[in-house]
Amino acid sequence: MEGHAKKQDESLVKLKVLFFARARDITGLSEFPLEISLGSTTNDCLKKLLIKFPGLEEIRECIALALNEEYATDSSIVKDRDELAIIPPISGG
Amino acid sequence: MTAEDKDLVEILEDLNPIDVAKYMNYVSAPQAGAITTFSGTTRDTFEGKTVLELRYEAYVPMAIRCLKSLCSSARASWNLHSIAVAHRLGTVPVGEISVFVAVSAVHRADALEACRFLIDELKAAVPIWKKEVYTNGEVWKENSEFLERRPELGKNGDFSGEVTAKKEHNRKHCCGAKVQMKDEDKCED
Repeated sequence: MEGHAKKQDESLVKLKVLFFARARDITGLSEFPLEISLGSTTNDCLKKLLIKFPGLEEIRECIALALNEEYATDSSIVKDRDELAIIPPISGG
Repeated sequence: MTAEDKDLVEILEDLNPIDVAKYMNYVSAPQAGAITTFSGTTRDTFEGKTVLELRYEAYVPMAIRCLKSLCSSARASWNLHSIAVAHRLGTVPVGEISVFVAVSAVHRADALEACRFLIDELKAAVPIWKKEVYTNGEVWKENSEFLERRPELGKNGDFSGEVTAKKEHNRKHCCGAKVQMKDEDKCED
């Protein structure tokens, strides 16, 4: 059983996705565990999240992505246990 | 004590008012001839609607990281003694301070420019959000500075306030030089 689980894990990475502000209101969640194939980019993760949470479409064009607490491009490769944050338009100050 | 040790960055949780005197004291020093501060206060109206209160939240570890990075960028661009930046989270009643920046330097020009840089960059890139609550609804606010900056975010591999600070400088010099060159061209014509 354990061996089988391990075998599956090799082709998948597990991320923690964080939703803030409007993104959290849309998904109804502040955190979501995402499994995605090895070698995927942040944009691949976003596409998968858009399928799971179609409501995110409405803010897709104005969000930024952060990987492990730093802004990331769409093409950044994600690793196992990474933290991916959906950053809707900020409004500090 | 390294330069970075002289930077104080604080994200204050619910109901903690901003202690302006504390940050002023923090940055004051006998060798500093100037202290500049910026206080952002919560307004009571937006487009004619009465604002009851504002609610702030942040991606705290990233916000602290970004603010520290901004302090380093400011130090790279200006000759500063110390910096303090504080932002409140949770409910901030109308009329209270939500964000405070204090900068000390030997000379005022450095302190003034760095203070402006810090608050402008905070509004453009530090992951903090504010919801305005009205009598008849609520809305997540959006800083125009963020929407302008968005295409560049992450392009340099990380939160790169330093590059931005230098770019601002270059832009200033660049524009100045170009205008001069145009004038010269015209003279030659």
